[in-house]
This record gives sequence, structure tokens and C-alpha cells, in this order.
Amino acid sequence: MPDTLGAALLIARKDLAIEFRTRTAFFSAVVFALLAIVIFFFAWDPTAVAASDLAPGVLWVIFTFSGLLGLHRSFGVEMADRALDGLLGAPVPRHAIYLGKAMANLVFVLAIEVIAVPAVALFYDMPLGGAKSVAALAALMILAAIGLVAVGTLFAAMSVNTRLGELMLPMLSLPFFVPIVIPAAQTTARLLAGRPVSESIGWLKILVAFDLVFVAACTMAFPHTIED
Amino acid sequence: MEADALVRAFGHRRAVNGLSFALDAGECLAVFGPNGAGKTTLLRVLAGLLRPTQGRAIVSGVPLPGGPEARRRIGFISHASMLYAALTARENVELAARLFGVPDPRAATARVLDAMRMTPRADTPVRALSRGMQQRVSIARAMVHDPHVVLLDEPFTGLDASGAAALSNALGVLRGSGAALVLVTHNLDEGLALATHAAIMTGGAFVRYEPRAAIDPRAYAESYRNLVALDA
Repeated sequence: MPDTLGAALLIARKDLAIEFRTRTAFFSAVVFALLAIVIFFFAWDPTAVAASDLAPGVLWVIFTFSGLLGLHRSFGVEMADRALDGLLGAPVPRHAIYLGKAMANLVFVLAIEVIAVPAVALFYDMPLGGAKSVAALAALMILAAIGLVAVGTLFAAMSVNTRLGELMLPMLSLPFFVPIVIPAAQTTARLLAGRPVSESIGWLKILVAFDLVFVAACTMAFPHTIED
Repeated sequence: MEADALVRAFGHRRAVNGLSFALDAGECLAVFGPNGAGKTTLLRVLAGLLRPTQGRAIVSGVPLPGGPEARRRIGFISHASMLYAALTARENVELAARLFGVPDPRAATARVLDAMRMTPRADTPVRALSRGMQQRVSIARAMVHDPHVVLLDEPFTGLDASGAAALSNALGVLRGSGAALVLVTHNLDEGLALATHAAIMTGGAFVRYEPRAAIDPRAYAESYRNLVALDA
């Protein structure tokens, strides 16, 4: 039998293969992200709000909502033809299912970030700074994505079986996204403003702490959300 | 496989109400009953997908729902195909083989797809297959790990003559290798042809349970019609 990590990788690879072939959630999320960037751009008055003040908020609103599209889909594919029963009937630990789903969702969110960050930088004429700032921004994106995906994957599993699941997922997830989005937006603002990376270390540490807590708590909670 | 005073309730309603039976290796229990009798719930409890409210079920000495060790011994063919429409037949079965830790997943996948006469369509996405072919793939997925117990919920539904023959052959091979079967069906002829034991289930309980050898098919069919009519 595969160990937890082996099973999680199998499930993640399967989810990514399905998404790669159908591309439904990814295209929806990318189109949503780009449209949101354009709408925010045309609604923006540069004489009233500086780009460095607006861009971080735009970026994290986009990641939060476009990520939700992928999160909802991740368990949606399991409910068609009750494929989830096939996973639950397999001799793998329940938390391997969670970790596999979370890994695939992480790739999904990171792929959106790879497209959305340059688009925001382009529209708002934000210099991404030197290699150190870009590396710090990349680390921030990964840390924040881990937190969003950890919480979102758990709530996607909980909401998929409910009526109005597409409404339930944001209602459940968004309050828990707040502790991740605040440090992420604060750090993004500092990095895009060209401030030294050392100024953001405190926020990054908070993100690491949230990630550890959320990943551990959600992994432990997941089996209770899917067992009947 | 053994079930002892098995109960599964949803709120106050008992979908499975105090069932007891035992099956040795190679035996087959056919369960007949009308819609809503609790047959599918029974299979889901035996598959480890639902926790019993009371009583216990044991597979090869491991109590259910149990952990991975119990699930490794069970194959479940449900109403739903449990397949991913965007993946091919081969990918679906191979995924199951890998999750069940089958030593050579590719060879095992090829073997079961061949047994279900699906080799020519093995690399077709499931969404492009007919309902009957999806059922064959679903059966292959459930058998790829050579389970000790196979749970079948209306497995012949949607199969053509070739698919039904392939399924009967595959079930024969599994029984020959010592697997026990629990078959839920509305079709008395199909069920009695495979069964070593038969039960009629209404209201979550077995109202008849006996060895196949003690059954006269014609009288049994009459009794089934009467019991189903009374239950309705």
C-alpha cells in the first residue's frame, strides 16, 4: 500500500491531470483574475490613491476569489459519479486524500499567481524591484497560497455535500482567509513600494505560523468532515 | 465476512435493522428487495463507507469500518461508476491499482480490462464510453486488487450480453480464488444463479435468509412477489 505521501501525490497528480484536460476551473479563474484587474484599473483614480496602496489589495482580492473557483471544483469532480467513494474505499489514510487535494489546489493557486502578479505589475506600473524583492515576493506568494489552500480545501470538502455548496464555501472560508490575507497584503505593499525585505520579515513569520497551524489543524480535522 | 446484529440509522429511521449473516471464502449472498429496503445502505456499511450505528461487521477478521487494512480487502461496485470522466479507462483502473498498492499496477490493469473485454477501448476517456462500458470499467476498477470480499450493487444493470458474460466469468474467477460476494439485485434469476445463500430484505431486515440449495426458484419468486407487495 502507498504511504501517506505516495497516496497524496497520486491523488494530486490525478487532480492535475483532470484539470489539465478539462481546464474549466483554471480558465475561469484566469479570466476572472484578468477581468478583475481591468475593472479595478478603470475604476481607479490615480490622483486619489497611489498605485502602491491599491495594487496589493487588488492582488489579494483576486487571489482569494479566483482560488475559491478552483477549491470548489477540487471536490466537485469527486462528487460526479461518486468518485469520492472510490477514494474513501481505498486503503489510504484519510489525511492523504486531504494532502493530495491540497497539493493540487496549491499548484492551481500558484499558477494563477504566476499570471496575475505580472498583470498587476503591468497595469499599475509597479516595479518588482531587484532579485531579493522578487524572491521575497515569490516566498510570500507561496506562504500565503499554502494558508489559503489549507483552509479552503477543508471547507471545500465540508461544503460540497451541502445544498448551495458554491455559496457555503466562500461563507465558511473567507473569515479564515483574513489572518492570511492581512499579512500577505501588508508584505506585498512593502515589497512593491521598494522597501527593504527586512521590514517584512515580521509579517512573513506570522504567515509561517498561520500556515503551520492551519495545515496541522485542517489535516487532523479532514477525516471527520468526510466520514459518515 | 460476518455481520452481527448490524444496524445503521439515519436519525430515527433504521435503514439497516439488526442484520446478521456469515459468508465463508468463495460463498455468495444474493440480497433481493424492493427500492428503499436498505440494500444499498447495507453494502455501504460493508464497504466501510458508513459507520454502523450498532452491531459489527468483520472482513477477514478485521472489524469495519476499520482502517486501510480492512479497506484493502474489499471491492465495491456501486450504482454510480466511481470513475473520473476526464481520465481514460486505463488511467482510472491504474489509479485504483496504485492506491490499493497492487505490486505491478500496469499489468494488473491490463489483466482486469482484458477480463472485462475492454482492452480495445482502454485508452478512451470514460466520458466517451457508453453506460454499459463505463460499468465494465467500474467492475474492473473494483477487482484490480483481487479483493477478499466483493460487494456488488445491481452489477448487471446496463451490461449487454457480452458484458454480463464477462462479469459472470470474472466473478467465477474471484470466487474460485476464495473471494466472498454480496450481490444486491432485483433480478431473481441472476441472483440465484450466482448465490450460495439468498436473502429477501424489506424495511432494513432480512425477512428470508437461507442457503441456495434449499430454494425452489419458482416458489421463491412467488414468495418474493408477495413480500414485496406486502412491503409496498
